[in-house]
Amino acid sequence: MDEMPFTAASFDKFCSEKKLMASRCKKCGAIWLPPRPLCLKCKGGDMEWVELKGKGKIVSFTAIGVGAPTMIEAGYDRQHPYCAGVIELEEGCRMNAQIVGVDVEHPENIKIGTPVTVDFLERGSFSLVPAIANVNKTYAIFRAS
Amino acid sequence: MNKRKLGRGVAVVGAGMSKYGVRTGVSNREMFVEAFKHMMASVDRGVDPKDIEANYVGCCGAWNWESQAGIGKWCTDWAGLVPIPSTTVDNACASASVAIRQGIIGIASGLYDIVLAGGVEKMSTLPTNETTLVLATGADMAWETYAGFTFPGLYATMATAYMNEYGTTSEDLMAVAIKNHDNGVLNPMAQFGQTIRDVMNARIAKAKEKGQPVPSWADEMEFLHDSAFNPVVAWPLKLFDCCPITDGAACVLLVAEEIAKDFTDTPIYIIGTGQASGGALHDRESLTSIPAAQIAARQAYEMAGVSPQDIKIAEVHDCFTIAEVMAISDIGFFKPGKEAATAAAEGKTHRDGVKPINTSGGLKSKGHPVGATGAGMVVEIFEQMKGHAGPRQVPIDANLTLTHNVGAHGTTVVVQIYERR
Repeated sequence: MDEMPFTAASFDKFCSEKKLMASRCKKCGAIWLPPRPLCLKCKGGDMEWVELKGKGKIVSFTAIGVGAPTMIEAGYDRQHPYCAGVIELEEGCRMNAQIVGVDVEHPENIKIGTPVTVDFLERGSFSLVPAIANVNKTYAIFRAS
Repeated sequence: MNKRKLGRGVAVVGAGMSKYGVRTGVSNREMFVEAFKHMMASVDRGVDPKDIEANYVGCCGAWNWESQAGIGKWCTDWAGLVPIPSTTVDNACASASVAIRQGIIGIASGLYDIVLAGGVEKMSTLPTNETTLVLATGADMAWETYAGFTFPGLYATMATAYMNEYGTTSEDLMAVAIKNHDNGVLNPMAQFGQTIRDVMNARIAKAKEKGQPVPSWADEMEFLHDSAFNPVVAWPLKLFDCCPITDGAACVLLVAEEIAKDFTDTPIYIIGTGQASGGALHDRESLTSIPAAQIAARQAYEMAGVSPQDIKIAEVHDCFTIAEVMAISDIGFFKPGKEAATAAAEGKTHRDGVKPINTSGGLKSKGHPVGATGAGMVVEIFEQMKGHAGPRQVPIDANLTLTHNVGAHGTTVVVQIYERR
């Protein structure tokens, strides 16, 4: 089977199938999330897709009260902030994502290192370009477990 | 790493800026002309504009904020410098420093002798939520912004990591804001003409005038703890941890070292320059420092042959209070952690401290017109080194100084070192 191209669009398509996919270097085995077409470690260019288990922990985070327009439209504001942060997956790679299932009203209670599991959410896209602003797509988010 | 040297020495002989602030009705190119005139007046023996050979202009959002591409060309035109080559440079908030570095490289290569370099940014034209998204385009739209990160959110995530690792407190960060506002009030070009105590007193006066309950804050710190007046923007960062949205322009005149004394008895020589790139938050091993800043600083120190201990004052990139804390350790002034985080609270970075930082008021109080900021930093360094900083002049001889300018959240960093001989 031909590999899907190692693009953000492919990643999004996998998300719509509820799969968290990364690229893996066939030469050195390094896993890249976001998926990259070139391996930063060995500079190899022969990659394959690999599905991640979707389990990880919070590396750091914030609770955002003044969000981008897409998040404001989703209902978030100063009274209803949302949590975003850096997640480290069990496979060792990291990604940025919204984090749910945490005490976002009291971020001082959220602990770095909290275990999280991937979930998928449909939401509008982030852009100032009208043609692609708020076009719905599936996002990988993480839920405190 | 090989020690790199410039092929030919370069000096700053003029530096100027527009008034920073919300400049309703004034466009990028018009602010650039203000900065240009201010710069021309700062050249001790003057310069004939006909002798300027090239112009490099930093700008990162004119497409969004002004619906104008290639803004550098129109700045060159309005400054009366057509047909010299004009190059627009976009490296997010480090655009002007990269523009200046390109000017330095142009002179060091031997191609030019006299170069204008600076930056512009008109930011107040869009509502805050749209400007928030324009600023977020400086980060990785595909892999950071999509997660919901705003620009304050990215720095807030670094602040959370910093506080968790070192026990840094909100009060440590607030002390940075208080210090920079105390400096900015002495800078006539700054956006804010108020200390945080002034802001607090104004709120008290307003409450009295309106017959509302009068708040009873004991001091600025108590005021900054009041979430009604200092709300969370991206926890743990609050409104007064964040720089404002600013319109402004700044530029400098760069000349070859061998002709520098034709323009002034006190040229400001650029003896070290470094520039490095960095990845997105998820690609960094550390969230408590900015790796590209450490690399750029090392390059600049090696080229200059000086150490952090030798530098007298610095203008650093304090787009958020946590950014100044990370900056002063990334450039080697203070150890990361408690020493850097408490430097402002302990007075070490005040104008009369051991290492005055952001005597201009910094981005926090002077303002942060993103594409112009790096040039605005050089304006302050130039004025301090020439003894022209008026009431904010440092009490020490600022003969060796540094600028540290971060693009986005550390995807580009330029560090430069300046000497007055």
